Amino acid sequence: MLDYVTSYLRSNTTPGQAGNLLWAFIYIILIFLGLSVAVIAMNWLERKILAHMQVRLGPMRVGPHGLLQPIADAIKLLIKEDIMPAEADKSVFWIAPVLIVITAFTTFIVVPFGPTHAVTDMNIGVLFMLGVSSLSVLGVVMAGWASNSHYPLIGALRSSAQMVSYEIAMGLAVVAAVLMTSLHGIGLYGVAHGAVGDGTLSMIDIVKAQQDQHAWFIFKFFPLGLIAFFIFAVAMIAETNRAPFDLPEAESELTAGFHTEYSGFRWSLFFLAEYSAMIAVSSIAVTLWLGGWLRPFPTWLTGETWDLVFSLFPAATFLLLALIALVGTLRMPKHPYFRVQTLGLAGFAAVLALIGILLLLPPVRDRIQDIYWFSLKVAGFMYLYIWYRGTFPRYRFDQLMRVGWKVLLPVGLGVLILTAIVGVLL
Amino acid sequence: MVPITTLHYLIVAAGLFVLGVVGVLTRRNVVIVLMSIELILNAVNLNLVAFSRLWGLHGQVFAIFVITDAAAEAAVGLGILIAFFRNKETVNVDEVDLLKW
Amino acid sequence: MTPVATPFFFYLLSGLALLGGILVITRKNAVHSALALILTLLALAGLYLMLYAPFVAGVQIILYAGGIMVLFLFVIMLVSIEKSQREDQFNKQWIGGLVGAVALGALFVRVFVRSKALHDLTGMPMAQLPEQSNTQEIAVYLYGNYMLAFEIASLLLLVAIIGAVVMAKKRI
Repeated sequence: MLDYVTSYLRSNTTPGQAGNLLWAFIYIILIFLGLSVAVIAMNWLERKILAHMQVRLGPMRVGPHGLLQPIADAIKLLIKEDIMPAEADKSVFWIAPVLIVITAFTTFIVVPFGPTHAVTDMNIGVLFMLGVSSLSVLGVVMAGWASNSHYPLIGALRSSAQMVSYEIAMGLAVVAAVLMTSLHGIGLYGVAHGAVGDGTLSMIDIVKAQQDQHAWFIFKFFPLGLIAFFIFAVAMIAETNRAPFDLPEAESELTAGFHTEYSGFRWSLFFLAEYSAMIAVSSIAVTLWLGGWLRPFPTWLTGETWDLVFSLFPAATFLLLALIALVGTLRMPKHPYFRVQTLGLAGFAAVLALIGILLLLPPVRDRIQDIYWFSLKVAGFMYLYIWYRGTFPRYRFDQLMRVGWKVLLPVGLGVLILTAIVGVLL
Repeated sequence: MVPITTLHYLIVAAGLFVLGVVGVLTRRNVVIVLMSIELILNAVNLNLVAFSRLWGLHGQVFAIFVITDAAAEAAVGLGILIAFFRNKETVNVDEVDLLKW
Repeated sequence: MTPVATPFFFYLLSGLALLGGILVITRKNAVHSALALILTLLALAGLYLMLYAPFVAGVQIILYAGGIMVLFLFVIMLVSIEKSQREDQFNKQWIGGLVGAVALGALFVRVFVRSKALHDLTGMPMAQLPEQSNTQEIAVYLYGNYMLAFEIASLLLLVAIIGAVVMAKKRI
């Protein structure tokens, strides 16, 4: 029994490939927990960052600096009455949020957080992620139709048209990146190989290809990789129905779009699915173009010293957060009314510092690095999402369609063809 | 338990095919008739992929062609349906009798 | 790698596929039919995975479940279906259709029971296709042996796009 548990740790594959059900289960639970924490954190961060962009304070009342606000929100949503419209199609109304959450979480089976840190490694990894995330449009359409109401129906129709259109541009950009895995041409930062090898669709192998070619695909065949990345970055915002492409739920026109009639727990499922889908598409972008779990400057800054410096980053991040929390604690008002909050914040700072110190230990430090770099890159995308929402005005529907079909699609095709030509000729 | 052989897959495919034929022959709603055709195409696909386990990957390649064909068929069929609905305000196949007199 | 082709998953997935098929042809509401068809398609994608055809399974999910079925749902929502739901769901020749289909089914059963070639097939062990290089080999076939067919398929899609636009647009 003990051997069954420890044998996987010595093997150098993902649990899915090792056929180890127990560890696959552990990984799934860990990813599920991590995602839930990330969604809760995103909820708080989005409100705070948006507020600061608009020179407001954001949530400040529940807990110090509103830190407990997401928990209060979650409790509110869970104890709220769950209303089902009388005219709604009961079964479809019930299935839609469940389906959308399942599709959002299923994609994470193949997300590589590190060379061995994925539930499994499929040899159709990218195809699987795109396919399963494209199923979420079904949940949106079902929700809009089953509500039997006008706003949700219009939201669902808009959303299905939008998601199907942008999926094509997204697919073309992904194909360009997959093509790059087989082309060992002269990258701007790489060495000449001049050979055409086997391409791959597996998420782990794509990152390994970037490692072997000494170039993240965003910098490969400059500017082709960059353009493909840009197409994907635009399409993925449309795909997740976020600002400035949030027409399916445009609150000034459709109240809340396809989930207008949903409330309570079911609504929170939609919320959970939206943020998980954002994390999922960001991890596709990170895997395909930004080198997945690879640390920055893997070829320039080499050697023992640099390895050590970069491996200290996770601990440094947590210690910095702890320091910020500590400063916050010291700056709390001294009134006795705030004593509980001050103590709570101090405890939070202590926990962060403890994690930071734990990450300083060499065995933990080496194992956590890959996951840290991957999460950091994804977190960058999450910040971009919030930034877009704070700055860009919403597109009109015909503008949205024009951008998708007349700009992104032809440019994507051009990039694909040029990548093939450049890759074979150089 | 009996090990799963090619015949098992063939039986499932035959069942889907018969269901599709029943749908095409008996339903009035054009959309459901089109969906029954998709069922038939999928039954064929299952056969092709099952046989590709025995005789190389040609079956899978053909399955991909069948899926392409299904996409084209669905697009044209639904286009006709929309044009038809705009003119006659109905989606029933047996009311498509403009050429009958 | 543990074998994935366990009988349990085969029976589960094929049961789901057939259940979806039955629901497609019996539901009154076209949207319910479409959702049942999606169930069938996803179950079939699972069966393809069990047959070591991961690429076909992926294409099935992306194109069929994520593309074609969304098109279907879109059209069902565009054409109002409240009226057709109250009408008779089966046409006048439904008895003839059913008899024909049953005859077809009987033919299948007879072929499966009697055919000697099929019995030889069931005796044959199913080949363990190399899962890893499957997708690459399909690509080689698609752009090698079947190049002409591939080009014709792309032409077919182009014609279909133009046809759909011409027919569905009010004024060109």
